[in-house]
Amino acid sequence: MSNRNPAISKGVDWSLVWLWLILCCIGIMSIFAATYRETDSILQGFISLKTDYSRQLLYFVMGGIVGTFILLTDSKFFTATANLGYAFGIFLLLLVFPFHSRVKGTESIIRFGTAFQLQPADLCKLFVNLALAKYLSRIETDFYKLRSQLIAAAITLIPAVLSIMQKETGLALVYFSFFIVMFREGLPAAILIIGFSFGVLVVATLLVEKNTLALVLTGIAALAVYIMRRQVKRNRGILFLIVGVWFVCVGVQRFVVPFVFDHVFQPYQVKRIYDAIGKDYVPKNEVAEEQIEQKKSSSQDNNYNVKQSKIAIGSGRVLGKGLLKGTQTRYDFVPEQRTDFIFCTIGEGFGFVGSSVFLCIYLVLLLRIVAVAERQRSVFSRCYAYGVASVFFFHIVINVCMTIGLAPVIGIPLPFVSYGGTSLLTFTIMLFVLIRLDADRQMVLR
Amino acid sequence: MPVFNQSRSNIIRLIFVGMFVIIIAQLVNLQIISSKYKKLAEENALYAKRVYPTRGIIYDRNGKAILNNTIMYDLTVTPSQVKNIDTEYFCQLVGIDTAEFRDRILDAKFRNGTFRPSTFEDLLPPDLYAKFEENIWRFPGFNLQERPVRVYPFNAAAHVMGYVGEVDSTIIKRYNYGYQIGDYVGRSGLEQYYEKELMGQRGIEFWIKDNKNRLVGHYENKSFDTPAVAGKNLHTYIDVSLQELAEKLLANKVGSIVAIEPKTGGILAMASSPDYDPNALTGSDKQKNYGKLVLDVSSPLLNRAIKGLYQPGSTYKPLGALIGLDEGVITPSSGYDCRGVYLACNHPVKCEHKDPGHAANLRLAIAHSCNSFFSNTFRLTLDNPEFRGVRSGLTRWKEYVNAFGLGHRIGIDIPSEDGGNIPDTTAYDKEYHHQWNSCTMVTMGIGQDKMLVTPLQIANAMCIVANKGFFYTPHFVNRIDGADPNDTLLNRFKEKHEVLTHIPDDVYEVVTSGMQDVVEYGTASAAKIPGINICAKTGTAENYRIIRGRRTKLKSHSVFVCFAPRENPKIAIAIVIENAGFGATWAAPIGSLLLEKYLNDTIRAERLPLIDHLVGSNLMPRYLMVQQFIEDSSRAAKWAKQTGDSTRWKKYTNVSFRNEMLDTLHRVFVSSLTPNFQNSSADKPKNNIKIKDTDSTTN
Repeated sequence: MSNRNPAISKGVDWSLVWLWLILCCIGIMSIFAATYRETDSILQGFISLKTDYSRQLLYFVMGGIVGTFILLTDSKFFTATANLGYAFGIFLLLLVFPFHSRVKGTESIIRFGTAFQLQPADLCKLFVNLALAKYLSRIETDFYKLRSQLIAAAITLIPAVLSIMQKETGLALVYFSFFIVMFREGLPAAILIIGFSFGVLVVATLLVEKNTLALVLTGIAALAVYIMRRQVKRNRGILFLIVGVWFVCVGVQRFVVPFVFDHVFQPYQVKRIYDAIGKDYVPKNEVAEEQIEQKKSSSQDNNYNVKQSKIAIGSGRVLGKGLLKGTQTRYDFVPEQRTDFIFCTIGEGFGFVGSSVFLCIYLVLLLRIVAVAERQRSVFSRCYAYGVASVFFFHIVINVCMTIGLAPVIGIPLPFVSYGGTSLLTFTIMLFVLIRLDADRQMVLR
Repeated sequence: MPVFNQSRSNIIRLIFVGMFVIIIAQLVNLQIISSKYKKLAEENALYAKRVYPTRGIIYDRNGKAILNNTIMYDLTVTPSQVKNIDTEYFCQLVGIDTAEFRDRILDAKFRNGTFRPSTFEDLLPPDLYAKFEENIWRFPGFNLQERPVRVYPFNAAAHVMGYVGEVDSTIIKRYNYGYQIGDYVGRSGLEQYYEKELMGQRGIEFWIKDNKNRLVGHYENKSFDTPAVAGKNLHTYIDVSLQELAEKLLANKVGSIVAIEPKTGGILAMASSPDYDPNALTGSDKQKNYGKLVLDVSSPLLNRAIKGLYQPGSTYKPLGALIGLDEGVITPSSGYDCRGVYLACNHPVKCEHKDPGHAANLRLAIAHSCNSFFSNTFRLTLDNPEFRGVRSGLTRWKEYVNAFGLGHRIGIDIPSEDGGNIPDTTAYDKEYHHQWNSCTMVTMGIGQDKMLVTPLQIANAMCIVANKGFFYTPHFVNRIDGADPNDTLLNRFKEKHEVLTHIPDDVYEVVTSGMQDVVEYGTASAAKIPGINICAKTGTAENYRIIRGRRTKLKSHSVFVCFAPRENPKIAIAIVIENAGFGATWAAPIGSLLLEKYLNDTIRAERLPLIDHLVGSNLMPRYLMVQQFIEDSSRAAKWAKQTGDSTRWKKYTNVSFRNEMLDTLHRVFVSSLTPNFQNSSADKPKNNIKIKDTDSTTN
């Protein structure tokens, strides 16, 4: 309380503010490049609020105002209201069910009148981040205990489940990025390694022929036994463990994955996963085929999106075609290019050099946030900072990977660049709360 | 503050950097290594629109356009824009039913997609166009698209001008002009020969298209565009009024006319009959009309002037005389004591004249067309002691005849010319097993035996006589507008071909005098025109044809050649009328009328009934009708067999119809065995060739 300072700029990490500014400007420019038509008047376009880029400009200004207010807030406010905020977030998510927009594909959105709409699943990231930080920073929390780990997992995964129920699989996946925070705070690496191995196993199941994979797994198990033969001699348990792991792996590969793909996922989702790893999906039965055809005809064919997006980025070559010169992005070949596929505009317009510079800005942002996190004295701030870094990281990597064909299309925006009010404001608030917390890094917050 | 797990921050940093490295690696792959994406993007967004220039115009010698361009309209449809239209009214206008309408819209969607225009009905007839221009606002999604179309204002010179049609794969392969499927290209006549000049240079406009294939705008502000260059105009030697008269006089006959200006080799008129309306091959019904023409057994698409092969008959005689003179085997004063038959060989050669002294010298022999004299001259040429043997004699003679432009393609500037036939020793070796002498082929001296020539070749030979020893390769095009001065295309037509070198002009005078006598008191007196000295020669070529497997002798072909005025020849004409009889009867008056028309510009009023008589006479060989019947009925039978649809075949099984045809067939044979030359207008076939029934259209 004694640290109250009339100058809000004291302790503010200006590099983050500059990065934010640069990214927002790139975003507005990209949206402009993607949606501008020769016949439009530029000035009028920017002030009319009828074009996407002028709206994005408005959101940007709003973000700036909100950011300023956040900087004026006391850091203690965030620790104090973290749990309340989480409850509010969950409430908003639940509110979606009775009040959501009836338009297909936007079931997760609450509309206020015609002009304004809110996507709680997006906004909730902020609250989860705060609540998780709050929980992890409690003195009584011993994160080495399983119970605490389960509670932390629950805090992050409840909104994820609710998001899935609102058919926002992509946004739900974002919550898994909080495991990075938990890893930083002492979650055993084995869990992450097992999770990662499991992912590799699933992908391998899809890519490699069944029996070959079983042979490979057997080979790996045999190798492990051979390498650890000394330990095995001393302790029979290790042998059983290896055999057990092998058994589970083969089981997953043989039965679980096919079962899940056939009975749990929707055929179109399966197809997206297959598209992402570059394999043709042959639907098992007529119903599945029909559903995929339906998706295709409603111009939701993600394979087409990815193909066009790859063409756009690939045709940019080294130096790009220049702003407003990209034929792919200018003439609507890439669908949703102002939102999820905004990276195409940069890739086509500015080529490899431009894209690399752009990605470097992001990388600098992420590493800066990590650096900021590490200099915090309070656990709360550090956890929160890692949460921001993880969410940004997940968004950036998945979004860019999906435009260049490395990840399935799950429709999550690129922070600060993609068009969209909720997403821009959410990311801005997340970042400015971090800046605010960082400004008080000498303080210990609980 | 204890800092736990600090090392883990480095792991997290490593994960962050690692993922970005993977992304950059994929970007290197997409943007730098693989080059296909740039091409794919261009294919996506660029549309190279071909801009077609107008084809060149073809003018006659007086600057009248014989072949011109006009604008016709296609009705196009953009399926996505078709909304709320009065389909019933629309279909009524076009003349289709609603099912057909739906089919065509579906077809358009299939071909070009919903968002791009496709042709709904091409080349609207003028009345339909007028209706649509008024009502097009009622039909959103439909548009009238301009399209340049060839038009023949005089409806004349169809064979010479040729027509344009869509390119086929062989043309695309053979020429490297960058044709694409769907392009139009000259398919015959001048249109084909001068295709490169006429077509001009196609332009390319690069347009940007969007994801729905709609053209959005010009690419890079037209900087990559190539403008179209209009085709070059051709100025020909053709006199279109002469051409029209020639075609008119050939009406209802099978035959052809070639008129050449001897001094330049420029062709003044070239007609072939039966012909077709050239405008029928440009409009909306061109496919249908073309089908009809192809199935017509009288072959209206055939240009008989360059492809018809005939024995020249007596019209060869002046050439035979010139060869003899050049070789020195005869002199102007040489004569032959002919008593109506040439008996020097085993088989007698008949002569029309019996009175002694009708071939007392060369001039008289030509005037009376004495067969004996020219048979003798031919044998003298072949057995010329200078060559020691008939073999080299024949070879030498062939060289002469070839130099006259017979027996090989002359090289006229329209395609698919036929070379005719002048036999050499191998032909006789084969047929007579090396046992032959000058008697074997003696009738070649009077233009028969194996000698076959085209009307163009005889006309050109007349030019040599008229020019006293030289000719220019006959051609149509005088000059090409805006042609490159280095362009060598027309150079070969400027080259003078000297044929005979040993003959002084006064000896030529003997031959031309003989030919003038033919008009003054000989066979071609019908060709006389007061005030003009005409040199001419009639001919009657024997006509054999294989009908139903039998080699049947039909009525002879009527042949006539002439040039005038004698003193300063301005025109040389060759005329062949098939199945017409003596040269004097039909071909000579036609030639005379053409001469008068060209030299005097008008025809005397007292000759107008002659024109009417000639135009009104139907000399179409009746075997054609029979042949058409056979072809059509067998096609109908085949159709019935293949499809089980016998409606067309039934017509031919009608008893009375068949009997009538069989009756005609019988009469054809009878009349062909006893030819009635003089009275040919009397036995005019009652139902003439116009029995082209509906069949011809469908197959």
